Amino acid sequence: MRTRLIVLFSVLAGGLLIWNLHTIFLRVPDEASQGAIFRVFYFHFPAAVTSFTLFFVAMFSALWYLRTRDLRFDAAAAAINEVAFAFATITLITGMIWGRIIWGIWWAWDPRITSYFICLLMYFGYFMMRRAIDEPHRRARLSAVLSILASVDIVIVWKSIEWFRTQHPGPVLEIRGGGGMAPGMEAPLFWNVVVFLMLETALVLVRMRQQSIQSEIESLRRYAHAF
Amino acid sequence: MNFLRQALAVASKDLRSEIRSKESINASVAFALVILLLFSFAFDPTSDQVREIAGGLLWLVFAFAGTLILNRSFARELVNDCLDALLASPVTGAQLFLGKAVANFVILTVVELLAMPVFSIFYNVHWTQSIGLLFLVMLLGTWGLTVIGTLFSAMTVNLRLRELMLPMLVYPMMIPALMGAIQLSSLLVAGEPVGADNQIWFRLLVAFDVIFSLLALALVETVLVG
Repeated sequence: MRTRLIVLFSVLAGGLLIWNLHTIFLRVPDEASQGAIFRVFYFHFPAAVTSFTLFFVAMFSALWYLRTRDLRFDAAAAAINEVAFAFATITLITGMIWGRIIWGIWWAWDPRITSYFICLLMYFGYFMMRRAIDEPHRRARLSAVLSILASVDIVIVWKSIEWFRTQHPGPVLEIRGGGGMAPGMEAPLFWNVVVFLMLETALVLVRMRQQSIQSEIESLRRYAHAF
Repeated sequence: MNFLRQALAVASKDLRSEIRSKESINASVAFALVILLLFSFAFDPTSDQVREIAGGLLWLVFAFAGTLILNRSFARELVNDCLDALLASPVTGAQLFLGKAVANFVILTVVELLAMPVFSIFYNVHWTQSIGLLFLVMLLGTWGLTVIGTLFSAMTVNLRLRELMLPMLVYPMMIPALMGAIQLSSLLVAGEPVGADNQIWFRLLVAFDVIFSLLALALVETVLVG
């Protein structure tokens, strides 16, 4: 069942992505003020939205672990966080590339990109902590607590950095959502969100399978050592 | 009331052992002085620019020196399995946490009070102009740092590489509190009034303290016991 889902999501995401790439690179004209580089937004925005959503989904999975003490929810939370981390990195890198072309610098201390960076640092700590604990339930418990704290904190970070930076205006121009885009330009953006979500689901399922195989290997190893 | 009394018992235990051994406070005061010295090589220590970044410098010193205290907070209970004894005692996880947080808060405040005059001498900063408000910012910011730090100290106490894990987890979490404290301290040290548009940082500090105190009290039992 899981394998089928993985194949289904990957194939669907792949097909839709090819169609999207065709639209983005061949059909959609260059943006009036930004030129060709605006196309990075088609990948930046979906990666940002979906990774942020996944971090919160992972938090709920972690909360569910605390309720049920079922390790599968911890495994799901860890897998989701890993995939979200990868896509948050994509967000950061695509944002930097866009900033380099438009603002002339790689890192403009834009509030959102700074918040994303802090978010990445927090989850980097999360993965480091997971590696430092061997006992599965302890690892699950502490990861869940960290996940909750990070989710709450990131909202505060987000707001406070916006306050902080609006008091020190930098070379920042606002692009809020897809609000100002022409309808023909907007459609591939939302289709790309769908692509990213399917891709992320497939990756999460792959990671969860790897984790269950890994824990099976560990229990076999313990069993072998017992004799 | 009983809740607070037991928490205070833990706090006074920690403070008493700190007064006797002075291990955290000595280390963190010395560390704060070293950082204050090192800053002088990073920029011109006599320039006017120092006054503008004074808040940032101060809170970096406090945050760095604070982790030394926080690292020891739960780690000192590992010897002779004291932590297990504390958890087995009638004190709940939340009381233990609150007691330790209060003790850390007092110790860190003492370190800050010792570091402030040295800072003003080294960098020619007149920090006494609005001392009341500055003190309030220090208390709010320090509580934010200690409440997060004490919770993470409890989380990392049994981990491999404890000393490395704590700063890595704690600093990104502290950012909102540090940002508010830095912003307000810079203004107050420079002798500028806290205008209406900067009130938001007070609100941020208070909100951060309240939210994370409640979260920590709710979650610490899960962290310590399971």
